[in-house]
Amino acid sequence: MKVIHTDVLVIGGGLAGLRVAVGARRRGHDVTILSLVPPKRSHSAAAQGGMQASLANVIKGQGDTEDVHFEDTVRGSDWGADQRVVRMFVNTAPKAVRELAAWGVPWSRVRRGDRTVIINGQPVTITERDEAHGLVAQRDFGGTKKWRTCYVSDGTGHAMLQTMSDQAIGAQIPVHERTEAVALIHDGGRCYGAIVRNLITGELVAYVAKATCIASGGAGRIYRVTTNAVICEGMGAGLALDTGIATVGNMEAVQFHPTGIFPAGILVTEGCRGDGGLLKDVDGHRFMPDYEPEKKELASRDVVSRRMEEHIAKGKGAKSRFGDHIWLDITLLGEKHIKHNLREVFEICHYFLGVDPTKEWVPVRPAQHYTMGGVRTNHTGESPNLKGLFAAGEAACWDMHGFNRLGGNSVAETVVAGMIVGEFIADFCDKPENDANIPTGVVREFLQHEQAKLDAILLGSGTEDASAIKARMQEIMSEKVGIFRTGKDLEQAVDELQQLLAKSRRIGLRSRAPGVNPELVTAYRTKMMLKLALCVAHGAQTRTESRGAHYREDYPTRNDARWLSRTLASWKGDATLPTLNYEALDIRKMELPPGWRGYGAKDYTDHPDTAARQSEVDAIKAKVSDRFERQRALMPFEHLLPKPLRGRNERIDERFPPRQMSKDLPDSEFAWESE
Amino acid sequence: MDIAAKTVKIAKAPSQPQEPLKSGQMIRLHIMRFNPRDAASVPHLQTYELEQSDGMTLFMALSEIREKLDPSLQFDFVCRAGICGSCAMVINGRPGLACRALTKDIGPEITLAPLPVFELIGDLSVNTGKWMRAMSERLEAWCHVKQQEVDLTRLEEPMDPDLADQIFELDRCIECGCCVSACGTARMREDFVGAVGINKIARFRLDPRDVRTDADYYEVIGDDSGVFGCMSLLGCHDVCPKDLPLQTQIAFIRRKMVAEGMK
Repeated sequence: MKVIHTDVLVIGGGLAGLRVAVGARRRGHDVTILSLVPPKRSHSAAAQGGMQASLANVIKGQGDTEDVHFEDTVRGSDWGADQRVVRMFVNTAPKAVRELAAWGVPWSRVRRGDRTVIINGQPVTITERDEAHGLVAQRDFGGTKKWRTCYVSDGTGHAMLQTMSDQAIGAQIPVHERTEAVALIHDGGRCYGAIVRNLITGELVAYVAKATCIASGGAGRIYRVTTNAVICEGMGAGLALDTGIATVGNMEAVQFHPTGIFPAGILVTEGCRGDGGLLKDVDGHRFMPDYEPEKKELASRDVVSRRMEEHIAKGKGAKSRFGDHIWLDITLLGEKHIKHNLREVFEICHYFLGVDPTKEWVPVRPAQHYTMGGVRTNHTGESPNLKGLFAAGEAACWDMHGFNRLGGNSVAETVVAGMIVGEFIADFCDKPENDANIPTGVVREFLQHEQAKLDAILLGSGTEDASAIKARMQEIMSEKVGIFRTGKDLEQAVDELQQLLAKSRRIGLRSRAPGVNPELVTAYRTKMMLKLALCVAHGAQTRTESRGAHYREDYPTRNDARWLSRTLASWKGDATLPTLNYEALDIRKMELPPGWRGYGAKDYTDHPDTAARQSEVDAIKAKVSDRFERQRALMPFEHLLPKPLRGRNERIDERFPPRQMSKDLPDSEFAWESE
Repeated sequence: MDIAAKTVKIAKAPSQPQEPLKSGQMIRLHIMRFNPRDAASVPHLQTYELEQSDGMTLFMALSEIREKLDPSLQFDFVCRAGICGSCAMVINGRPGLACRALTKDIGPEITLAPLPVFELIGDLSVNTGKWMRAMSERLEAWCHVKQQEVDLTRLEEPMDPDLADQIFELDRCIECGCCVSACGTARMREDFVGAVGINKIARFRLDPRDVRTDADYYEVIGDDSGVFGCMSLLGCHDVCPKDLPLQTQIAFIRRKMVAEGMK
C-alpha cells in the first residue's frame, strides 16, 4: 500500500485550490495539490469577463462600495445566500484584486481622459479621472448597480490562473497532476484525506492529511448543453456525498448563461453585453427592453436566460437546422474594441462558427453554466458534518450565491474563498488536537474497498454501456431539469435517473486496457454523476416555488413563507434517492430582508418575519449615518474573517490617512469584535 | 482486445486541405496508437471512419470514436474552446489545437499523432504538464515580487495601461506545447526551454513588479539550453495557436542576453 502524508490535501488545482494551497503553505504547512490536469488547464481559465470587486476606480464605478456589492449579490441570489458570507466576500474581494495585482496579474488599467463607450445601444463619452490613471479598471456586468468587474481583456481567468499557478510553483507546492480523488478517507466524523487514482498508471494511492479541501469546481457536465469544460463533472461534490455524512447544498440551483454559442454551448462572455452588446430576435428586434425595461440585457443571468427562452417559445427565435436561437449583436462595439477587449470572443466566433463578430451577429442560446450548489460548509469553509473536510470555490456551497450567482462573482469567489479558507485551514492544522491520528488499517480498508469497486467494474459481468448511460443522463437533465421546470417533467426525470442509477450498477467494459483506461474512468464517474443529477432533479422536484435560477412553471413565484431555506442533500448507502433536509435562513438576522430584486418577477410571498425585520432595518438606517457603523449595527461580520484579512478598503473617494497611520487603523478606528 | 489485428495500412494523408466537406460525407481518421503500459502494444496507425456533421471539430470526432467505436482511445480535452492548451496534437503533420480544428477543413483523410518531444502517456495524450512545470522551475517563471505580503487595504500600485496590455499580450500563452513540438533545437537538446520558456522570460522582464535584472535572467537563459540554443528556424512562431509574437520576443531576448554576456 502506497501512502503519502501531507498536512493539507487540496483536491483541485484551479484558482480556489491554488489560493488555498498558497495560503496554507505561507503559514508553514505542508501542502499537496491533486489535479486532474495541469493546473493552468483548469476551468478557471475559462472565466473570460472578469472579477467583481468594489474598487470604484472607473467613473461609472464611482460611489461603489462593499455595501452596493453586498446588495447586488444578495438580490442576485434571490435571498438564498448566507448574508454574513456575502459580507465576508465583498469585503475581501478588493483585497484579492490588489493581491493579484501585486503578484503579477496584468489587470486592464484605467486611462485618464475621454473615451467612448456603448451604453443602452448608444455611444456615450465618459471622462476618467486623472487620479484613477493606471489603477485597475472595471467594466459593466449584469445585475450590478455600478461598473465593478475588474478584468484582463477577456482573458481574466486565464491571466489570474497563470499568476496564481506561477506563485504556487514559486512556493514549491507540489501538484500531483493527472490524479483523481475517488473516495474520502474518514471515520464517520473526521476526514483524513483521500484515496487517489493515478490517471496515467491507473494505480491507487492513499493520501493521508490533517485537512482535506475540495476545490474541484462545478458539475456542469451532468447536462448535455453546457459551457463547462469536460472535466467539470462534479466529482468533488460527489466525493462528499459518497461519505454519507457530509451534505451538499442547493444542488437544484443551476445557472444557465444567456450566451453560449449555438449549438456548441461554448461561452462568450457577459462582457459582450456589459460592454454594450445587444440581444436580437428573428426580426432583428432588440427584445430585452420589452421584458426588462430597467436592466434590459443586463438583468441577472437567470432572468435574461428565461426571457430569451420565453421569446423563443413565442416563435421569435432565429431559425437554424439545429433549432432556434437568439442573436447577439456586438458589431456596434467596433472592430478595435472587439479585437482588443473581446479577443477570445472574436477567436471563438471565428474558429467555431466561422462568424466575424465585428461584422456579423453571433447565434447564442442559454447553456448550463454554473453550479451554485456544492459541498455545504460553514463560513470557515469546513463541512459542519465532517470535521477536517473543507471546500472552496464552485465546488462549495459556502454560500454566497444562493439561487443565482452574479456574473463576475465566481472567479472572485475562487480567490476570496481561497484566501479565507486557506487561513482557516492553517488555523485548523496549527492545533495539535487536529493531528491525523488514523490507524493504517483504516487507510488500507478504504484503499482495498476502492480497488474492489474498480475491479468489479473492470472484471465484472455487467453489460450496460457507461457512455450511453451518461449521454442519456445529460439528455434528461437538459430536457427536463433545465431553465423551465414543471412537477411532471421533474417526476419523469427523477424516475428515469433512478433507473439509470440502477443500470449504472451493472456497467460492463469493452476495453480492459492497462493504465488509466478511459472507459473505466467514464464508468465510475458516471455512477457518481447520476447521484448528483438526482440531487438536482429531486431537489428541484421538492422545491415548489421559483427562486433565482430555479424556476417552476407550476409554482412561478418565490415563496419566502415556505421556502426561505437551503436544501441539504445526503446519500445513504445503496439508496436510489438523496435524503433532503432544509436549513432555514433567519430573516431576523439579515442585513437586507427579502424584497423585489429590481428585475424579474415582482410578486412573491413574504415570510411573516420580513415586515418586522424591515422596520428594524429602516430604523437603524434612519438613525446611523456612518456606513460602517450602520453596517455593524445591522449585521456584524468582521469577527468572522481571519484576522489578516480584516480592514477597510481604500478607494479614490475613501482615502486612508498617510501610510504611517495605517497600522493603527484596525485597532483604534475599527474596534473589530472578536468572538 | 487485439489491437494489432485492427491495424490498417493507409495512404499518406493529403497535406493541403481540399474543398470543405459536406454533412453526411465520410471522413477517415488515421490515429497513432500506442499504450506504453500495455506490454502487447506496438505503435501503429489505426483508422476510424465517421460521418461528417455540421460544425464537427476533432473534439467531437474523437469523442464520438471513444464513445461508439473504441473506448480505449486516449486523448486530452478540457475546455474544448481553444483556451486551455490541453489538446495539442500533430494534425496532418502540423502541431495544433484539436478542439478548434474543424474536420470539414482538414478532411476527409485526417492523420493524428501525439506531440513529439513530450513524454507519451498513451495514443494522443502526452505529458505537457510535467515538461512545463520543470521548465517553470528551472527558469523560475514566476513574478519575483519585492514582498509577498502587501498591505491589501491600500490602493493598488498604478501601472501604465499600455504596459499592462503588453504584458497580457505575452501572458496569453496557454502552454500547449505546439512551439516545443515544432522546434528543431528541442528535437536535439532535451534541456532546451523552447519558445514557451523564452516568452516567459520576456513577459517577466517586461513586468516592473518582477525585481529581477538581466543578470538574473542571463543566469537561467543565457546559454545553449536557453536563448542561444535557438537556431531561428521559428517553427514555433508559425504554429503558435495564440499568435504570440515569438519571433520578435526571441530576437529581443537574445539581443538583451548578448548585451548582458558582453558586460
